[in-house]
Amino acid sequence: MTTVPLIAVVGNPNAGKSALFNMLTGARQKVGNYPGVTVERKSGRLSLADGRPVELVDLPGAYSLEPSSPDEAVTRDVVIGRQQGERLPDALLIVLDATNLDNHLRFALQLINLGLPTVVALNMVDMAARDGLVIDSARLSEELGVPVIETVAVRRRGLGSLKEALSLAVTAEKRAPVPDEPFAAVQRRARAIADAAVAGDATIHRTSSVIDRIVLNPVAGPFLFALIMFLMFQAVFAWSEAPIGWIEGAITGLQGAVTDAMPDGFIRSLLVDGVLGGVGAVVVFLPQILILFLFILLLEATGYMVRAAFLMDRLMAKVGLSGHAFIPLLSSFACAIPGIMATRTIEDPKHRLTTILIAPLMTCSARLPVYAVIIGAFIPATSVGWGIGLQGLVMFGLYLLGIAGALLAALVLRRTVAKGSHQGFMMEMPKYQVPIPRDVLLGLWQRAAIFLKRAGSIILVSTIVLWALLSFPQPRPGESALDASIAGKIAGGLETVVRPIGFNHEIALALIPAMAAREVAVSALATAYSIEADDEAQAEQSLVERLQGRWTLPTALAFLAWFVFAPQCLSTVAVVRRETNGWKWPAFMLAYLFGLAYLAAGATYWAAIALGL
Amino acid sequence: MTQPLSLDRLPFRTPARITAIDWLRMSEGDARRLRNLGFDEGVSVESLHAAPFGGDPLAVRVGRMTVAMRRALANAVAVETGQ
Repeated sequence: MTTVPLIAVVGNPNAGKSALFNMLTGARQKVGNYPGVTVERKSGRLSLADGRPVELVDLPGAYSLEPSSPDEAVTRDVVIGRQQGERLPDALLIVLDATNLDNHLRFALQLINLGLPTVVALNMVDMAARDGLVIDSARLSEELGVPVIETVAVRRRGLGSLKEALSLAVTAEKRAPVPDEPFAAVQRRARAIADAAVAGDATIHRTSSVIDRIVLNPVAGPFLFALIMFLMFQAVFAWSEAPIGWIEGAITGLQGAVTDAMPDGFIRSLLVDGVLGGVGAVVVFLPQILILFLFILLLEATGYMVRAAFLMDRLMAKVGLSGHAFIPLLSSFACAIPGIMATRTIEDPKHRLTTILIAPLMTCSARLPVYAVIIGAFIPATSVGWGIGLQGLVMFGLYLLGIAGALLAALVLRRTVAKGSHQGFMMEMPKYQVPIPRDVLLGLWQRAAIFLKRAGSIILVSTIVLWALLSFPQPRPGESALDASIAGKIAGGLETVVRPIGFNHEIALALIPAMAAREVAVSALATAYSIEADDEAQAEQSLVERLQGRWTLPTALAFLAWFVFAPQCLSTVAVVRRETNGWKWPAFMLAYLFGLAYLAAGATYWAAIALGL
Repeated sequence: MTQPLSLDRLPFRTPARITAIDWLRMSEGDARRLRNLGFDEGVSVESLHAAPFGGDPLAVRVGRMTVAMRRALANAVAVETGQ
């Protein structure tokens, strides 16, 4: 296999780098990881003007070659050819925000000093013009000594000229690198070049400054923030109802088709109960996950996310964190894995560690299936007044419990195991932008693919293994299928541990495969109860009906409390191990979260008994 | 007329210029981030907003960029209003 030339796309955060990358590569992207770190590696193919293919890699945004975070370290290591798993790029494509030239030129000058063939994309020139800035790109090119192409990634402007410039760059000779120019000198040179190439005295993006007057207003700001958060969680439930119905219908249809087409037996039971039942129970939550991610992607793309971090900084400072931690924690409501990965933008190691350790306490979407089934079975669908339903209120309470637990845990962790320096809070507040629908859809598609791959691998395998453990050996006459099975025997041991907190045999059984992923608890309960069913009438009961007959209310509430805290997700444990370079912190996380889960479930169970529920 | 002032005391929406930054008063990480975001002597700054509930952090314009920063750090940045 011949290697095609590699072009690294580099630039400051918020320069429109990813939009430009998407414009050049379209949807043909590969998302992977750099070895040893969880920094995402996004790459794609592009055909140059002369038809030659090149590989483009989108590097994390950085402010300089002096990295402030693990993320920026990858960018530096790639461009100097020291990143494991990446060869030295043949050329650099530097993306500059035309409205913020003096700031972005600093990094550009450092990159140009490296001597690699370089093309500069002067992005968002339309916005600069609207701000009253006139940029002499010929002059800029002369000062920088590399070609400068004006682009507007959103409107695909400049695509042709950019491809032509890149064709020349990939065959160009390396220039002699400029050794260690002091940072202060680069800083001043950047300002001098910006002053020479830019005419116009606009100091700031006008629209952004108007929006900020409302968004950061001491009264309107927090109100708007609360409204957006409310809308987001409301949408997750309200908008997902119809698509969940369609997916459920499709799965039931498939199950019916398989049942009709195959003779009764093990294979049919495996397909219908194990594969379709188990994976189906999880895939129905795809709509909710996608809605949550849609909101997060929109908040990020519009530039609101940093404003939210700004508003939350004070609160986070009270527990020893900063506004920085807000962004990963909000993502953790969708899934702790991208949340934990997002902590790599936090510079201070202790601060970052604390955020990683509390991220699993945010109610991720994998808990929704568990909460939804138990609430549906045990909490009456009555109203508590003002149009608020009791079921929704309990769900809200579980979210709050997770948040309160996380803040409390942060407070304790920052005073004990993650004690240390108080890092300040400093972040660029990007200008507001209208999100590009294509980029948002692409991000959403990448999330959906990750989720479905997970459902198709971890969840499928654990469901099949559980089905097998539950189905063998066959019961002797008079013995229940569940008790006779291998899984039943294992659960018997675990049951003695969880009996004091109100858990029964089936829960003990479900907790084992749910170690792989929380949502498996639902499919595990469904599989357990459907294998146990000895006649047709019983087999047709829904999981909710079966639970109602077999669990007491205190047990159900204890089960909910358990899942607020329990770190039942192998992927999260694996990501924490990779992020903290060892088993120490994932082991600590498992211990403290299981400890909390046990206490919370026990306290809930005995309190409910005492209250006579 | 110029008057010595620290950035955290600078009245809102009053354009000013950075005269000195006390790099020794901050951690190495904070200093690096400050430099990376364009703080340097001679750069124009303006205080824009303060966060609700206590007025910390601040939103500050530096050059053509807006950044969020805590008051304690802004206190290490000396500015002058150049009327």
